[in-house]
Amino acid sequence: MGASASADGDAPITFYRLQACPYCERVARLLEEYDLTYQSRFVEPMHSRRDVVKRVAGVRTVPVIVDDETGVTMAESANIVSYLEKTYGDDGAEATTAAGGEN
Amino acid sequence: MPDFEVVDLGPADGVESGTKAADFARPLVTDEFWEDRSLSDVVADDGRTILVFTPMIGSFVGKYVWEELDERDWFDRADRIVGVTASTPYGVSRFLDENEFPFAIFSDPSNEIADAYGVPHDLDGMAGLSEPRIAVFALEPDLTVETSWVATEWPEFPDYDDLERQLGLE
Repeated sequence: MGASASADGDAPITFYRLQACPYCERVARLLEEYDLTYQSRFVEPMHSRRDVVKRVAGVRTVPVIVDDETGVTMAESANIVSYLEKTYGDDGAEATTAAGGEN
Repeated sequence: MPDFEVVDLGPADGVESGTKAADFARPLVTDEFWEDRSLSDVVADDGRTILVFTPMIGSFVGKYVWEELDERDWFDRADRIVGVTASTPYGVSRFLDENEFPFAIFSDPSNEIADAYGVPHDLDGMAGLSEPRIAVFALEPDLTVETSWVATEWPEFPDYDDLERQLGLE
């Protein structure tokens, strides 16, 4: 196991996610692969109850990550995957071309 | 008081004053999201933290406690206040949202935290279901118990005025 969940509330990456959301799990896999420390925040299934995501990222969809190391806040799994690959992946890592999505 | 015998929960066996309470990590639930937090990370750095155990969400007893604490504005008056109950994060989050409560509550369906603090209550007639008694612990920043109150009857509510005096919330 690479990535570690933090119970301190001070992990550099905050990860807004929905239980059993495949787009979120895709991001989770990459965070683990790159051994990044992140704090998961599970949100409600109903978009109307996602004010916190709207405030943070301007959208009501998840996944959303907030990376304090780089000051980046990003939504949509394809964008997030691309960002993580560029920022934390090995040089020359193959770009992910699979279609993104969100819940 | 009713003219019949109220169910006795047995003597309180909560963590005693002057001893250190157990640290733990569980999902801390607000009306918006839930995330793993540890008690030691959540307590006030230089003040008193009030840790409130209640029966599970949906029970009138749990609701009465949080309604009372909300009316008395403990959220703003206490240095820090945080709850513990045996409900799932979804149940806790909707409860906080529907009642517009400002509190954050640790979700512990296993009820292991209540066990560790000596305040569990096995629900009679419901197999495998345990929840916290109503209990209030005042903790110092290093988790030393300053004072506490644990229900010994079913139901029994704290004397809130008395607690406020003890906790300097007057």
